[in-house]
Parts: sequence; structure tokens; C-alpha cells
Amino acid sequence: MRDVSIIGIGQTPVGEHWNRSLRHLAYDAIAAAMQDAGIERADALYVGNMLSGEISGQSHLGPLIADFAGLRGIEAVKIEGACAGGAAAVRIGYLAVASGLQDIVICAGVEKMTDEVGSRLTSALAQAADADHETVHGISFVALNALLMRRYMYEYGVRHEDFAGFAINSHANAVGNPNAMFRRPITLEAFKRAGMVAAPINLLDSSPMADGAAAVILCPSEQAREFTDDAVRIAASAMATDSLSLHDRHDPLWLQAAQDSARRAYRQAGVGPADIDLFELHDAFTIMAALSLEATGFADRGRGWQLAANGDIRPDGRIPICTMGGLKARGHPVGATGVYQIVEAVQQLRGKAGDCQIPNVHLAMTQNIGGSGATIVTHILEGG
Amino acid sequence: MGIARDWRLRSQRYALVGEICDDCGRKIFPPRDVCPYCAEEAQTPFHFSGRGEIYSHTTIYNPPAGFEEFAPYTVALVKLEEGPLVTAQLTDVDPQEIAIGQPVEMVTRKIREEGPEGLIVYGYKFRPRLQAA
Repeated sequence: MRDVSIIGIGQTPVGEHWNRSLRHLAYDAIAAAMQDAGIERADALYVGNMLSGEISGQSHLGPLIADFAGLRGIEAVKIEGACAGGAAAVRIGYLAVASGLQDIVICAGVEKMTDEVGSRLTSALAQAADADHETVHGISFVALNALLMRRYMYEYGVRHEDFAGFAINSHANAVGNPNAMFRRPITLEAFKRAGMVAAPINLLDSSPMADGAAAVILCPSEQAREFTDDAVRIAASAMATDSLSLHDRHDPLWLQAAQDSARRAYRQAGVGPADIDLFELHDAFTIMAALSLEATGFADRGRGWQLAANGDIRPDGRIPICTMGGLKARGHPVGATGVYQIVEAVQQLRGKAGDCQIPNVHLAMTQNIGGSGATIVTHILEGG
Repeated sequence: MGIARDWRLRSQRYALVGEICDDCGRKIFPPRDVCPYCAEEAQTPFHFSGRGEIYSHTTIYNPPAGFEEFAPYTVALVKLEEGPLVTAQLTDVDPQEIAIGQPVEMVTRKIREEGPEGLIVYGYKFRPRLQAA
């Protein structure tokens, strides 16, 4: 096994890119990452994506994007894990480089969502759930999270407004990120009176659908200095899975795959939660942020919401999360999100996160969640 | 989707037939080939009573394609008496009167119509449990 480092990053702004297609967005991010790393070729391209078949009528993204990015002929394939496809693509790239079989690998995440709207987009996203036993009953993705959130509030005696801190923190942090979709703060009052989507989830519990692409370049750590003085080492990479359907979980209020992947990552990096300086977690809905903090060891069971209520998650808090806006305010182009999280962690570790910079960052963790918790990928990154 | 796809799920959809694991004795729904608790094969069909209680619920106003005509509708996780959770719609109920812990029972209802052929998919929903007179 070889040590693996990130030597280049690239991203497009997250938002509604009416003038850029799937392939153009992917190219923009890949070109930026290749330029950042100072490379002109690569051994392989792994593309994280969820919805290209449903929304763009386009499968077979590996060769499409490799060719469009000027990399015709290289090994290239799409990696799919619902909303965790982005981090899964980085995980596969990590395995390829760590194994010694490939040296320079591009891991990209791309999603084009705004070419579809309304019920058809809702249907496409619901494909992350069990078609025969969840979506057949008309369940939507928001509804699955609403079922979780209502039960959580019931079991732990938590009020809806106790989750407000997650959305408020993400929006406040996005103000300083030029690539974020919603660069404006929100208030507790706005959170409380936001329109209901699927009770108890309202609009400000929910991350926005968006277009976007992000990319990272990996190489063996021993070669990283040839490319950059700013390399970030992947101290740990881990993926775990759980039942696809919420109803099949042994304990629906516990993200077992988050705990499993985080434990493997902590073990690989030789660290624990107390050593992590910032955590880019998967706040697709505020309930997911709370569950992620609990399963990764930052809060006790049923207490994740308290870290939002007491300010622990803010940039000056004990464990800053969503430091560049998170899914909630940077935006959630689903199959690209996991790569955005890693790109942002690299920005922080390089000390180049601009107005979003957290001081003295040495170890950053990212966690990307697919479906209602069925695929969860955790990375720990270490600055130079 | 298609006719065969729904047809082969008919016993679970219409009659809530799951399985009992021959090895660990747990009751399983929906049915599978391998027990999710002990990973042993070979389960025996088990007919669930259809009685349970509401574990959680929400109401959908922004439905996926194919469900527009039914919106708003209420979906729930129902904890069956025999153990498993099941995802299903609630029916014959005012959304304002639903509560966690409420007793419910399974009924067979139209779930949706599919495609230009208008194939009607029937399956289980749950309603508040009727009280004996």
C-alpha cells in the first residue's frame, strides 16, 4: 500500500448553469484541477454521478467525459452511489493509487439537475431508495428524511427549532465562499417560518438541488513534491454500507454505515474525533447533520442537535462543520457533493479558504452519505 | 415498470406474506433470499397479521412522477406486531389525526396507475385499526 496525496483541486460554482451541460461542467472542474496540479495527462478518470441517465438521458460517462476533457483513451468509468457517488469516486481513485497500479488519477464528481424539474426530478432522486418497497408507495427523498426527523424528535423530545443552528451555520459560512449557491445568512425567525416541504422538514432544513462539478488529482505521496508544495495527504479513506431501505435498518435512528466508515477511518489515521479540526458533513437535511455527528463520535446518541444549539459547530466552536456552506448553502449537486467536500477540506488545509478559513487546521474529515444512509464514505485529510 | 414486475411481488403486496427464518426465528418483511439478521438461507413463508402501529409519518405535497393525482398523501413507517417495519401509505385517515403509536391495520388499495397502458398497481396501505362494535 502506498500513501496517497491530493495535488490538485478544481470546482465550478454551484448553482443553476443554464448555459453549461453535464460534460461542460465536468470539463471545467477537471481542467481547473489539472491546471492546479500542473499535469497534462493522467492514468485514469473516475466520475462520480447519480442522475445522468435519468436527467440527461446519458449513461456511459467515463469515456464521454474523458474524451471531452482531452483525455481520450485513458481508463475511465462512472462510479454511482446515489448522493455518495462523489466521495465513492475518490475512494476508488485512492484504491487505484494506493495499490500501485496507477500513479496519476483524476476523481471528478458532476451533476446536472436543473434540466429537469418538479415531479420527474423528485422521481429521479427517489431512485436512491428501494424501488419495490419504498418508492412504489410514492415516497420521496424528503419524505424519508421527514420520517427519520419526526421519530427523532419524538424519541429524544427535541423541537423542530432545535435544528435551526445547522442551517444558520451553513448559511453564515457560505457568505465567504465564492462557489456557494446561497451566499446570505438566515435568521432563526426565517427558519421557524419557512414553508413546509414534508413535515417536520421545511425549506430551510433542506439543501437545494443544483448543478456543479468538482475534481481532485491524486498521486503517490512520495511523488507529490514533484507537482506542488501544497499537497494534502489522504490519512484515511473508508466506505461502509447499510440496508438500502430505511425500514430494514436494525435501528433507523442510527447511521451504522457512518459509524462503521468513521471507525475504519479513525483507525487507519490513528486518530479519534477529538483530533479532527473540522468536519465537512452531509447536511442534505438538518436531521442528517445531527445523525452524522452522533454516529461519528462527536455527540452522544440523541444529542447531535445540541452541537448546533450550543454553537460547537460554528467556525470558532469545538468542531466546525460545513465551513464553506455545506450542502445546505453551498448547494447539493448530488453526485458531485462528495468531491466538493474534499475540495473544500483541501482549501482549508492549504490555508487558502479565504474568508471561510478556519485557523490552525491540520486534520479535516469529510463524510458523504448516499440514500437515507445506505452508502457512507468517510475521508480524513492531513495538511502538509 | 411493467406487468411482470408487479405480478411477481403479488403475495407480499396483496397478502403481506413475508418469511420466518428457520435458523433464528425472526420474522422478515419484505421477503428476501437471505435473513438480514443471521445471513442464513431457506426461510419459510409467513403470513403477517397486518396489525401494527405508526412508527413515524409525514405528508407528501411534492410527489414523484405518477403520484401527482393522489397528492397530498400520507406515508408512514409502520411497526408490525411481529417485528418488522414497513413503508406504506396511510389511508382512510385525516392527516391531522395521525400520531406515533397509533394502532393501524393493513388494507389492499390501488397504489398507482402506470404508463400508457394504465396498469393499475394494487398493494398494501394501512388505516387506523377499526374498533370492535
